[in-house]
Amino acid sequence: MFQIRFHGRGGQGVVTAAEMLSVAAFAEGKFAQAFPSFGSERTGAPVVSFCRIDNQPIRSREPVIKPDALIVQDMTLIHQVDIFAGLSNEGYVLFNTSKNLDELGLGDYLDTFRRERLLTCPATELALEHLGRPLPNAVLLGGFAALTSQVTLESIAVAINERFKGATAERNIAAATAAYQLVLKEEEEFSRATTN
Amino acid sequence: MLRQIEGSRAVAETVAHCRPEVVCAYPISPQTHIIEAIGAMVKEGSLAPCEFINVESEFAAMSVSIGASAAGARAYTATASQGLLFMMEAVYNAAGLGLPIVMTLANRAIGAPINIWNDHSDAMAARDTGWIQLFAETNQEACDLHILAFRLAEELSLPVMVCMDGFILTHAVEGIDVPEQSDVDSFLPVYEPRQVLDPADPISIGAMVGPEAFTEVRYLSHLRQLDALELIPTLASEFASTFGRESGGLLHTYRTDDATTIVVALGSVLGTIKDAVDRRRELGDRVGVVGITTFRPFPFDDVRDALSHAQKVIVMEKAFSVGYGGVLSADVASATHDATISLHSVVAGLGGRAITQQSIEELLDDTAHDRLRPVTFLDLDLGIVDLERARIGSVRRSGPSAENVLSDLGTVASRIG
Amino acid sequence: MSRQPVHFYQVGSFAVGNRLLDDEDRTVQSDPGRSDSLDSGHRACQGCGEALGARYALDAAMRATNGQLIAVNATGCLEVFSTPYPETSWRIAWLHSLFGNAPAVATGVAAAMKVKGLNDVRVVAQAGDGGTVDIGFGCLSGMFERNDDVLFICYDNEAYMNTGVQRSGATPPAARTATTEAVGPQPGNVFGQGKDMPRLAMAHGIPYVATATVADLHDLENKVQRAMEMHGARYLHVLVPCPLGWGSASCDTIKVARLAKETGLFPVFEAENGVVTNVSPIRHRTSVESYLSIQKRFGHLFGTPGRPDIVARIQAIADHNIAHYGLLVDEERDATLEVSA
Repeated sequence: MFQIRFHGRGGQGVVTAAEMLSVAAFAEGKFAQAFPSFGSERTGAPVVSFCRIDNQPIRSREPVIKPDALIVQDMTLIHQVDIFAGLSNEGYVLFNTSKNLDELGLGDYLDTFRRERLLTCPATELALEHLGRPLPNAVLLGGFAALTSQVTLESIAVAINERFKGATAERNIAAATAAYQLVLKEEEEFSRATTN
Repeated sequence: MLRQIEGSRAVAETVAHCRPEVVCAYPISPQTHIIEAIGAMVKEGSLAPCEFINVESEFAAMSVSIGASAAGARAYTATASQGLLFMMEAVYNAAGLGLPIVMTLANRAIGAPINIWNDHSDAMAARDTGWIQLFAETNQEACDLHILAFRLAEELSLPVMVCMDGFILTHAVEGIDVPEQSDVDSFLPVYEPRQVLDPADPISIGAMVGPEAFTEVRYLSHLRQLDALELIPTLASEFASTFGRESGGLLHTYRTDDATTIVVALGSVLGTIKDAVDRRRELGDRVGVVGITTFRPFPFDDVRDALSHAQKVIVMEKAFSVGYGGVLSADVASATHDATISLHSVVAGLGGRAITQQSIEELLDDTAHDRLRPVTFLDLDLGIVDLERARIGSVRRSGPSAENVLSDLGTVASRIG
Repeated sequence: MSRQPVHFYQVGSFAVGNRLLDDEDRTVQSDPGRSDSLDSGHRACQGCGEALGARYALDAAMRATNGQLIAVNATGCLEVFSTPYPETSWRIAWLHSLFGNAPAVATGVAAAMKVKGLNDVRVVAQAGDGGTVDIGFGCLSGMFERNDDVLFICYDNEAYMNTGVQRSGATPPAARTATTEAVGPQPGNVFGQGKDMPRLAMAHGIPYVATATVADLHDLENKVQRAMEMHGARYLHVLVPCPLGWGSASCDTIKVARLAKETGLFPVFEAENGVVTNVSPIRHRTSVESYLSIQKRFGHLFGTPGRPDIVARIQAIADHNIAHYGLLVDEERDATLEVSA
């Protein structure tokens, strides 16, 4: 089982992101489960959502306490919410930021994790560029596909098409694809840096 | 066809396939997605003929359902928590009148303190209303139970409440096979009421009954509930042959054959319990699970049989009777009163407190080592409780406990689960 | 009778027998083939205004709908006295659910008829004043707001009579009830409280609102008939004296009801879409004392020393109603007619 936790704020499509990811996994014939953190969400309030992906039926109904991956949609949360809670040392994190990870002020905190699995993606900027609106959720899924290989970019496109129609779907797919490529590039830079 | 959709959406589509004629609702979390989806289906015309009525309260929602059902229409509504309590007088009335209304209860805690999250306090508050109460373990079962509910309700002329865990099921997106219209049609015949308001054949419904006959009328309701114990397994096997999967029934067992310890529970927590049981099995612990699908009428015989070989029984329940203890525990104790079972009541998941696999495994470990007490509140923070107890003991105007506890806890926004 | 162009004043009571009217103008009750919606044998008190009002109203509704009628009843006197198990006085399809939900239950029945295409079957809901203005108000307001196809009839006897005469939101000022005792400096019910339900109904903008009393049963029948010609939410508020609760003589039910109207304390009118379209004018204006003094619930206002100050306040209410609804428009003409007759 692969478990993902999404952190964002109300209005950023945090719940929708988890749902779309589950749809992408489902499209690949996997079992998937997505659910919100069940708060009375208000715009701007911290929101958490969850997704599980497995090759067998998923029975658990507990929240994702030990995630394999985090998607952080809103960087202002990193000093407010214990977003790294339960993340294993082998875990993946995708941050929605145009900054370099070292500029985020997380200090030594990230040293316990595998650095090449902690990547950034300027999803809000990509969303503004492609959609004209700062909605990073579907965009980040493209980056997630590149980071974890849990689902393919094609499946993310299937999920986006199921959720959105026409031009909105196309633009989201274009943005997700751009995110996918940026994250792939980031990964390549890391592996080059490590091999050198 | 299997689709990756939200539980509420799947239930809404299933209910629509049951061809309800009057759907009445009042918004309350976490049931809203169901009625919103049904409302849209009526408005766009895909669910027709059907009257969708937005009312001013849950009391009105159940009352409209009563009128519609008594006038011969298949009636459906949905509610949760405070909504169920607000309509409670009409909930009793629907059962007393013998009207086959089907209602989804998206289980949620009851305030005060106000809490929108899941537990089973609402369902337990309706335990004695005369409604049949079915509990769904998964969203697939939640869908299937609605079809069974309409069939059962109309055959017995009794209302049926389908309980599904609020948020945990209603808001979960997962693979669900929404039953096909043709299959539903072949399983669920057109509603033929036992009593109906008909100007051509006028009758009075709802007369006053005094001591001379009240006991008999009540006893007849009891007998109809007992009839349900016979009918539910029959319908479940008919359901399996129509839809090609098992659903409904009185209860389900999991790895109980050689189990010396059995966990009994209602609803979606059974999934997490099964995961925990599998882990304990790997360690050689002979544990099993009994999931009760039909809570009212209570299947005493089946529960007794299912637990007959167990030495220890843990009843894990998301509600309790304040000043008494577990509600389901009392029923299980009653069903097993002649057996030599060590019964433990575990109150868990109140107001949305996550029931984790780890906590269940620890519970089973405690049980294996005879450390589990008769009544346990799972993951209770006794430090917080002691602080407030001390405050109450030392200050006369100690203030509202709920607010004091929150302030002791500090920010909760950072908690996950 | 208010619709009768010719005025018959042959008896002191202003009543007129059916025999003086053309066949088409006669009341439903004069028809031997009438429906008998509320049959004899029920357990209402002697002189019960509610039993009388309900019988006329529902028989009129049955005639208006060709017998295609379903009635929903709130808990209360009418429900209790009509259906002592295992008997029922109702000869129509009739459903009782709860005290406070009759409007919503009626909505459900109407929805069932609509969904089944039984468009000729109509729905009437009925309740006492408690089931209308107090415990049933939420459901009633919702039913009005949605404009559901229901005629709601309130039989107003101005208190909770079924439970032993306690104050309701329709109890008039100064009236003694079991919970507004005739003691202290302000005996009886307080001034300045209570709901004017017909006006609240009008404020919902529903197609039809009317008031009536059991003193003018032909008028009541006409209003039911008029209501049943329309669709949507309709409201009929009928004053039904309660000899037990009001402390009036059983034989005076009609007289008390008539005085309520003739004093101006109970304006009789019709309104469509929130606008008053017709008032039943006062024919013999009389002081409120004539109405109050024959009811024991106002007994503490009279005698020695009595409370003329309170009576005056009640008179002011009547005067306000008369001015507000224009209840005296035909007074002079009526007086002239009477003299010439």
